[in-house]
Amino acid sequence: MKRSTPKATRHVNQNEGLIFEKSSPGKAAWKLPPLDVPEVDTAKLLGSAERKDLGHMPEVSEIEIIRHFTRLSTWNYAIDLGMYPLGSCTMKYNPRVNEAVARVEGIANGHPYQPEKISQGALQIIKTLSEILIEITGLDAITLQPAAGAHGELTGLLIIRAYHKSQGKPRKKILIPDSAHGTNPATAAMAGYSVENLKSNALGMVDVASLELQMNEDVAALMLTNPNTLGVFEQEIHKIADILHAKGGLLYMDGANMNALVGKVRPGDFGVDLMHLNLHKTFSTPHGGGGPGSGPVAVRKVLEPFLPKPVVVTKPDGTLGFDYQRPQSIGRVRAFYGNFGMFVRALAYIQANGPDGLRQTTEDAVLNANYIRKGLEGSYDLPYATPTMHEVVFSDKLQAKKGVRTMDIAKRLIDYGFHPYTTAFPLIVPGALMIEPTESESKEEMDLFVDAMKSIAAEVEEEPQTVLDAPYSTRVSRLDETAAARKPVLRWSPNV
Amino acid sequence: MRYLPKSPADREAMLKAIGVRSVDDLFAPIPGEYRLNRDLKIPRQMAESEIVEWFRQRSRENGDGYTSFLGAGAYFHYRPVVIDALISRGEFLTAYTPYQAEISQGTLQSIFEFQTMICELTGMEVANASMYDGSTAAAEAVMMAVRLSGRRSVAVARTLHPEYREVLTTYATHQNMPLSVINFNDDGRINIEKLQKSITPETACVLVQSPNFFGTIEDVDAIAEIAHKQGAMLVVSIAEAVSLGIVEPPREADIIAMEAQSFGVPLGFGGPYCGVIATREKNVRQMPGRLVGQTVDKQGRRGFVLTLATREQHIRREKATSNICTNQALVALMVNIFMTVYGKVGLKELAKQNLAKTAYAASTFSKHGEILFGGAPRFNEFVVRTSEDPKATNGRLLGHKMVGGLPLAKFYPELGHAALWCCTEMTTRSAIDTAAGLIAESERSMRSAKEEEEEVAR
Repeated sequence: MKRSTPKATRHVNQNEGLIFEKSSPGKAAWKLPPLDVPEVDTAKLLGSAERKDLGHMPEVSEIEIIRHFTRLSTWNYAIDLGMYPLGSCTMKYNPRVNEAVARVEGIANGHPYQPEKISQGALQIIKTLSEILIEITGLDAITLQPAAGAHGELTGLLIIRAYHKSQGKPRKKILIPDSAHGTNPATAAMAGYSVENLKSNALGMVDVASLELQMNEDVAALMLTNPNTLGVFEQEIHKIADILHAKGGLLYMDGANMNALVGKVRPGDFGVDLMHLNLHKTFSTPHGGGGPGSGPVAVRKVLEPFLPKPVVVTKPDGTLGFDYQRPQSIGRVRAFYGNFGMFVRALAYIQANGPDGLRQTTEDAVLNANYIRKGLEGSYDLPYATPTMHEVVFSDKLQAKKGVRTMDIAKRLIDYGFHPYTTAFPLIVPGALMIEPTESESKEEMDLFVDAMKSIAAEVEEEPQTVLDAPYSTRVSRLDETAAARKPVLRWSPNV
Repeated sequence: MRYLPKSPADREAMLKAIGVRSVDDLFAPIPGEYRLNRDLKIPRQMAESEIVEWFRQRSRENGDGYTSFLGAGAYFHYRPVVIDALISRGEFLTAYTPYQAEISQGTLQSIFEFQTMICELTGMEVANASMYDGSTAAAEAVMMAVRLSGRRSVAVARTLHPEYREVLTTYATHQNMPLSVINFNDDGRINIEKLQKSITPETACVLVQSPNFFGTIEDVDAIAEIAHKQGAMLVVSIAEAVSLGIVEPPREADIIAMEAQSFGVPLGFGGPYCGVIATREKNVRQMPGRLVGQTVDKQGRRGFVLTLATREQHIRREKATSNICTNQALVALMVNIFMTVYGKVGLKELAKQNLAKTAYAASTFSKHGEILFGGAPRFNEFVVRTSEDPKATNGRLLGHKMVGGLPLAKFYPELGHAALWCCTEMTTRSAIDTAAGLIAESERSMRSAKEEEEEVAR
C-alpha cells in the first residue's frame, strides 16, 4: 500500500548533459570592449611562457548557460522549497535583504588594500558586527578572520597554545567528548595537539567524574559543544569550567549550536573562555551548497593579545584602522580580513531582528524541536530522555528490527517532500536521526513533517521494502557510492 | 519578527501539545543563575528600508566611485551579470553540502564541471571542490606535500604573496615544519642558485607563486627540475587566475594551490574568495577538501556523489587529511559560471587585454619612474619605483578619485619607494594616462626640489 504524500508531487524537470557536451567551436557568451591601447605581440612579451591552447574549455552561448544552470538548479532541494531539518547544520531562512546589501557597489567592490581613509564603511561594518557578537557571546574580544567553523576552531586552538606558551608551559592534550563533531579532533591534530576522548554519561552529558580524573596539567583545553550534539544543554557546565580552570586549562566552546542560546544565555557568563560562531548557521548567511561560511572567534580579555592580526581599532583622530602591531598574535590565519561578505549578511540579519527578534528566534527554535520530539515520541526510539533544546536525536532501534536503518528512512522522507535529517551522527547514538527544525518552520510545515515520519514508521511495519528502495520521486535513484570511491572519475574527459 | 512563521495562537497550541505552560519551561535545563534576564545591548529591530539605507551609507564611505590600480592578490575584473542571476536561485543559494546526492544533483554536477575546468586550465589531473581561499589553499597544499613526501621542511619563495607566507607560517609553526625563505633576483624571479643550495634531503616541497607577487612569471620548469632532482615536490600558487588564459600553466608542478577570485568573484573587501587545490591523480588520497565523482544509480543513469570521504574529518576525525568542512561552494559556482561564459576563446582574449593594458601602462610609467624587474615576462602587474614615497603620490591620486598602486615598503623595505600596480581589462587608457601624468608631476617637483637643494649645498 502506497501512502499519500501530501507535500511532494512530481514536477517536470529536464535532463541536462554536462556543459562540455554542448560545446562547439565558434559559440560564445562573451564580448570584450574594443582595446583602447596598442595590441601586443604575446609571443614577444611572454616567450616560452605563452600559452597556446586552453584544452577542452567549453564554447557555448548565453542562453545555453542560463538554461544549463537553471535546469541543474531544479535538481536540488533547498530551504526555499521546504523544511531542511539537518541536525547541527541550522538550515534557517536566508533573508534576501542580506543578499541585496552585500551587492551595494562600494561594499561589493571594495579592495582589501584600498587606503583606510576610503575604507571607513567596511571598517564600520566589521566593528559594529564585532561589538554585537561580543555582547551576544558575553566575551570580551573577537576576530572575524576565520573563514568557516573549522577554521575558527583552528584559530581558537592556536590562541590556546599561544596562551599556555606565554604562561611558560605549552600543554599537550585536548579533551574532546565522544559526541563531538569530527572537525574538533581533526582541528586538534592540525594544531599539534594529541586528542583524548571524554565519555558521555547516561544523560548524554559530559561525565564530570571522568573529566575530573582525566584533567591534569598536560591538558590545554576541553572542546565542548553546548548544547551538545544531542541537543542537550550541559547542566553541570559550571562544574566543568571549574575543573578545567582549577588545573589551568581553558574551556573552548564549539558554537555550532548557538542557535539554542542567543539572547537567552551567554557562554561568557557560564565559564567559557573562548568560542567560535558559525555565521552561516546561527546568523543566516546562506549555505550555498557548502559554503562560504565564516567562523569568528570570541575570547576572554586574557586571550585578546593572541588574536590573529590585524585587528580593527579606533585611531586617535576618531577614524577606524587596522592594527598590525600585535607582538603576541598567533599571526594570520587567512589573507586579508576574512569572509567580509558574510559579515555584511550576518549584520543585516541581526539588524532585522534586534534584541527582541533574536530572543524570539531562539525561543521558536527550541519550541519547534520540542514540538517535533513530542510528535515523534513512540514512533521512534528516543535514546536520551534528557530535555531537548534546539535539536532532537532519535535512533532507528525500532525500525532496525525490520532491517530498515536511519539512511533508509531518510531516503524515504525525500519522497514526502522533505530534506532528510542528519543521519548516523552523533556517533554515540547508533543509527541516529538528528533533527533540527530551526525557527524558520511554521506549525503547518512541522505537522506535515511529523505525519510523514509517522507514515514512514508505519510503512516500515507493513512493507519495509518500500522504504528500503526509496526514493522514488527523485531524478536519480540511490547512487553507487562504492563504485565512485573504488574507481574515482573526478572529471569529464572527451574520450569516456 | 518578519522571518518567524508563527502566530501567538500557534505558539500556544504547540506549548500545549508539548505539555508545558510557557516557553521558559523549555529553557529550564539552563541553570537559572546564567540565564540572561535582560535585552541584549544591540541595535533595535530595523525595517528592511532602514537596513538598506544603513548599508548604502557605509558603501558611500567605502571607495564607491574610485578607479583603482590595486591588485596584489585581489583583482577587479568584469563580472558577467548571468553569474548573480544564476547563483541567486534559491536552489543553489539555500542548499546545504550535497550529502543527499539524490536531491543535490544540481550542486554535484556543477562541482564536477568546476573540477574538470580547473584541471583543463591548470594542466593537472584532479581538482577539489574548493578551499577557503588562495592563502589557506597554499598552506594546505604544503601540508599535503609533507604527508606525501614524508619530509618536513619547506622552501618558500619570498615572491609568494606576503600574506600567504604569513598564513603558511601560522599553520607550519605548530606542526614542526621548518620554513626557509628564498630571495629574488634583479629580474623579480626566485634566486635559483639560492634555492638549489637550500634544498636538502629533508625538503618536502618548494612553494613558489607564478605570476608571482610582483606580477613576474617564474621559470617553473627550471624550479621543478631543481626540486625534483632532490626528491622534493613543487607546489605552485596562482593568485591571478586570469593569467591562465595566456600564460602556460605550471605543468611540472606536483600540486597547484589557486585563488580563483579573478573568475567572477567580487572583490568584497577581501572575501569570500575561492581557493582550489589541483594535483596528479596519484596524490588524490592525500588531497584535503571535498571531491565530487561520477557514478551511476540503480537504473544505470549517470549521477554524481561526494566521494573519497575517508580522507575527511567526519569519518577520520583526528586522522583526517585536514579539518576543512564548509568550503566555498557558492563562490566556486560563480567561478564555474565565469569559466563557462568566457570559455576556451574568451579566457584567452580576456587575458590578452590584461596583458596589453599592462604593457601600455608599464611603458607609459617608465617615462617618469623606474620599472623594476624588466628582465622577465610579467602578466598584469608591475613594480614602479619613484623618487617620491608612493604613499604621498597616492594621497594626491585620491583627490582625483584614483587609488594608486600598493606601496611595497611594508613587505619589501629594500625596494625603497616602490609600488605594485595592476591593470585589468577594466582599466582605461585615460585612467592610465591620468595616473602617469600625476606621477610625472610629482617626479618633476621632486627633481626640482632636489636640484634646489643641491644648488643651496653648492
